[in-house]
Amino acid sequence: MEIVTLEFFQRALVGGLLIGVTAPLMGLFLVLRRLSMIGDTLSHVSIAGVALGFLIGVYPVAVGLIFAIAASFAIEKLRKAYKTYAELSIAIIMSGGVALASLLFTMGKGFTMNVNSYLFGSILTLNRTDLYLIGAVTAVVLIVIWLQVKELFLITFDEDAAAVSGLPVKFYNVMISVLTALVISVSIKIVGALLVSALLTIPAACSLIVARSFRQSVITVVVIGELAVLIGLLIAGVWNLAPGGTIVMFLIVVLLMLLLIRRGVRAGS
Amino acid sequence: MANSSLSPNAASCHQEVISLEDVSFSYQQQKVISGLSFAVKERDFIGLIGTNGAGKTTLLRMIVGLLKPASGTIRLFGNNVDKFKEWEKIGYVPQKNSFNPLFPATVREVVLSGLIGRNKLFKKLTKADYKKGEDALLAMGIVDLKDKRIGQLSGGQQQRVFLARALINNPSLLILDEPTVGIDTETQESFFHMIKHMHQHHNMTFLMVSHDLDMIRSYLGERPAAQNGKLKFHIKHSHETQDCVEKDLAHSLKGLREQMESGKEVVLIGDRNS
Repeated sequence: MEIVTLEFFQRALVGGLLIGVTAPLMGLFLVLRRLSMIGDTLSHVSIAGVALGFLIGVYPVAVGLIFAIAASFAIEKLRKAYKTYAELSIAIIMSGGVALASLLFTMGKGFTMNVNSYLFGSILTLNRTDLYLIGAVTAVVLIVIWLQVKELFLITFDEDAAAVSGLPVKFYNVMISVLTALVISVSIKIVGALLVSALLTIPAACSLIVARSFRQSVITVVVIGELAVLIGLLIAGVWNLAPGGTIVMFLIVVLLMLLLIRRGVRAGS
Repeated sequence: MANSSLSPNAASCHQEVISLEDVSFSYQQQKVISGLSFAVKERDFIGLIGTNGAGKTTLLRMIVGLLKPASGTIRLFGNNVDKFKEWEKIGYVPQKNSFNPLFPATVREVVLSGLIGRNKLFKKLTKADYKKGEDALLAMGIVDLKDKRIGQLSGGQQQRVFLARALINNPSLLILDEPTVGIDTETQESFFHMIKHMHQHHNMTFLMVSHDLDMIRSYLGERPAAQNGKLKFHIKHSHETQDCVEKDLAHSLKGLREQMESGKEVVLIGDRNS
C-alpha cells in the first residue's frame, strides 16, 4: 500500500475524488432527462481534441475541452433538427468524434504510447496543471449546482412546466451540456475516454434503484461515485491496472448488488 | 372585444387575461391555426375541444410562450407574451404522462417545484414557501402521500399532485392540458368537481384542453361559443351574474380545503371517509 505515499498517486487520488463528485452529479441530470448517451459522445469528441493537441503541440486536455464544448453545442443544434429523435444527433456526433480522433492519431503515429492512457485512464499521467484544471471545473460545477439545484430539478422533471414558470429553458439546456463537457474532458486522463460515461451514468442508475426523493438521489450518486473512484484507484495502484477499468467494474458490481438486494427485498416482503 | 352584450360596468371591471389577435401557426407547410382571434376574461372558464391535430396543444403552447405564432399577437394580462414576466400568475397542469414513472421525486418535491421561477432564481426556499407547500398538499387532500415517490401514485392521485403544484402560487390563470387522459371515469368526475368548485368560489380563470365532451358540455353549455377550424371554444363567464363591486373573491388554499371538506358537492376519492 506504499503507493498511497507516492506523489503521482496522491495527485490522481485528489483529482479522482473531485471527479467522483461532479461526474455523477452531471450524469444524474442527463440520465433523468434520457440523455445518458451524451457522456459517451462528448468524451469521444474530446479525444479527437486531445489527439489534435498532441499533433499541434498544444496542451491536449485544453483542446479536448474546447472540442467537447463545441460538440455540446452541436448536439443541441442537431437535437432541434431531429426533435423527436434526439439520440440520433448524439450517435452521429459520437461517430464523427471517433472518426476524427482515429484520423488524427494515425497522422501522428509517434504518440501512440500516450493514446492508451487517454482511452483507458491512468494514475501516472496526471500533472499539476491537470489537477488545477480539475479543481477549477469542480468549483464551477458545484457552485452552479448549489445555486441552481431547484431550477435544475424542475427542468429535469418537467421541461414544459419550467418554461411556463418563466425559466430560460434553452439556456439551462446549453448550460447542462457545457458543464458536462467540462467535467468529461478533465476526467478523461484518469478514467479514460472510453469509460468516463460510466462514471456519469452508473451512479445515476444505482440511485434510481434506491432513492425515493430527488435529494436522496443526489446524495446517492455522490456517495457511490466517491466510493468507486477511491476503491478503483487503490486497486489500480496496487495491482498496476487501468483505473478506468477498475472504477467501472466496481460501479457495475455495486449496481448488480443493489439490483439483487432489491429483488431480495421484494421477494421477502 | 366581442363583449358588447355585457353591461359597460362588467366589461370594464374584468381584465383580459388572455387575448389573441389574428394568430396563425403552421408546421412546415401545413397550416394548423389561421386567423384566430379570441379573448379570455377574468374568471372565465374556457373549454378547448378539438380532434387530434386540430391544434389544441399548439395553441396552448403558444399561449404559454413555448411556441411562437407565425403571425398575430398574444397577450397575457395585457402584456405581449414575449415580454410577459409574471409567470407566477399562471398555474400549469401538464398531460398526465409527461413524466417518467421511475423519476426519483417525492410528492412534496414536485409540489414545491411550483414555486420555482424567475423571481426565485438564486434564492433558497423560505419557511413561508414550505408552508405554502403544506397548504397546497392539504387543499388537495394528499398530505399523507407527501413522502411517496410520484411514480408510485395512482393516476388520480398524480393529478392532484400536479394540481397542487399549479395552485401553490395562488395563480390567477390555471391552464390544464388534457388533465383527465388515461384516468378512470369516477376519478375524472371527482377531479372535475374540484375544478368546478374552484371556478365558482375563487378568483381564478381557467383554460382547459379536453377531449371529454360530456363534461365540457354539462358545465359550459352545449354549443361552442366560438370556433376556428377544428378548434371549439366553450365558455362560461362567471362575471355576468356577479356584481363588479364584490372584491373578496380570493380565497386562500386553506379556505379551499375547508370549503371542500365541509361541502357536500365535492366527492373526494380515496381519503377522508369521515
